[in-house]
Amino acid sequence: MRAPISTAIAIATGLLILLGAFLPIPVLLPIRQILLSWTIPVAATAGLIAILNLLSVHWRKLNSARERDYYSIFLLLAFAATFAAGLILGPTDPDFQKIVTHIQFPVEASLMGVLTVTLTYASIRLFQRKRGWLAVLFTASTILFLILLSGFLNISENIPFVKDFLAALNTLPIAGARGILLGIALGSITTGLRILIGADRPYSG
Amino acid sequence: MVDAIIALTLIAVTAGLILLLTIQRNILRSELRQLLAFERLRQAIGLAVENGTRIHITLGKAGLPASTSAAGLTGLTTLERIARVSSISDRPPLATSGDGTLALLSQDTLRAAYRQINQLELYDPSRGRLTGPTSFSYIAGALPVADSENVSTHLAIGNFGPEIALLMEAGEQQESFTLAATDSLSAQAALFTSSQETLIGEELFAIPAYLNSGPVYTASLQVQDILRWGVIVTIIAGSILKLLGIV
Repeated sequence: MRAPISTAIAIATGLLILLGAFLPIPVLLPIRQILLSWTIPVAATAGLIAILNLLSVHWRKLNSARERDYYSIFLLLAFAATFAAGLILGPTDPDFQKIVTHIQFPVEASLMGVLTVTLTYASIRLFQRKRGWLAVLFTASTILFLILLSGFLNISENIPFVKDFLAALNTLPIAGARGILLGIALGSITTGLRILIGADRPYSG
Repeated sequence: MVDAIIALTLIAVTAGLILLLTIQRNILRSELRQLLAFERLRQAIGLAVENGTRIHITLGKAGLPASTSAAGLTGLTTLERIARVSSISDRPPLATSGDGTLALLSQDTLRAAYRQINQLELYDPSRGRLTGPTSFSYIAGALPVADSENVSTHLAIGNFGPEIALLMEAGEQQESFTLAATDSLSAQAALFTSSQETLIGEELFAIPAYLNSGPVYTASLQVQDILRWGVIVTIIAGSILKLLGIV
């Protein structure tokens, strides 16, 4: 059996948290609380290790003779500067936060702009990439709901039949979204249960 | 208290069904319906192995503590399967993610896959990497993978925002095969236009079964179907009772 100790720990932890969530047994509540409170430091440590791994990847890229990537130096310098400023000023310092957010927000806003153009371009090319009724339905519903949500048809809401028809149309995306979300929820349940019974082990121990 | 007992009973029955259908595979018809996306995925994996190009799997930004972590876990199972299948390729698969826990698990998954096929020398921790801790830095960090790592197949399996479309479009520019599956509704809409194949809704959780990852994944899919019918019957029965004024 692969990783028996890790599997036993994962199953025991999962069961304790699950039972603690449903049953108000006094013994379970503090155990559940302790286990949940460990989540944040463990996730933070994992984040730190992953960031160190990211730095080592870019350091290797910079020093690679075969596939050298000079852009990696920007990441390493930006990290070093942010890390040093964070250490000297402290992460809660208003000046430090202002510098970081004044760089981060415009960059993210630019990427959002690029995303808008990318999605527009991708929508235009949709029928080249996807042929079939689903692409037609997607395009038709996108156009329909763009018109509906623009408020362009608000004038006709005084006509009784049109008002009911528009209200019925507006419920369609909610119904569809709920259907998709129900499917995703069922999938999430079975995925979680596979880990809980030890059938799926995304860890090697 | 009654609600809690009903919920726990349902969970226990579901877990029992998964185990039963895993052991007794012939109880239900286990044929998976043909889906073009999975056919093309199998072809793309085969081509990548033959051509010596890389498969890139991006696992999203929802780490283990998040409520949307199931999508990333499905991505990890897919990564393990692909790592095993492509072990004879010149270029092993690459996993990127936007969360520390997912990045560590992707490294662990790759190591476990290579250990199981006795090829631990193929394992390289830099093949499971965090590309950025925020939504946009994650995508910005993953974008160079599209044009600098000789990637022929991009798989986006996990929790994303609409910004994942940037990566899919970058893959498309390099004439790579792109397949995306996510639990986020806004990202599904963006991915429908930007990726070659998009899996909608719960199709995301069917990927391991379609890649023949093991009987437990097929059993899990069958249990999902049983649960879906249960939900459908409950909704219809509830509506009828409401119409009749009983509830």
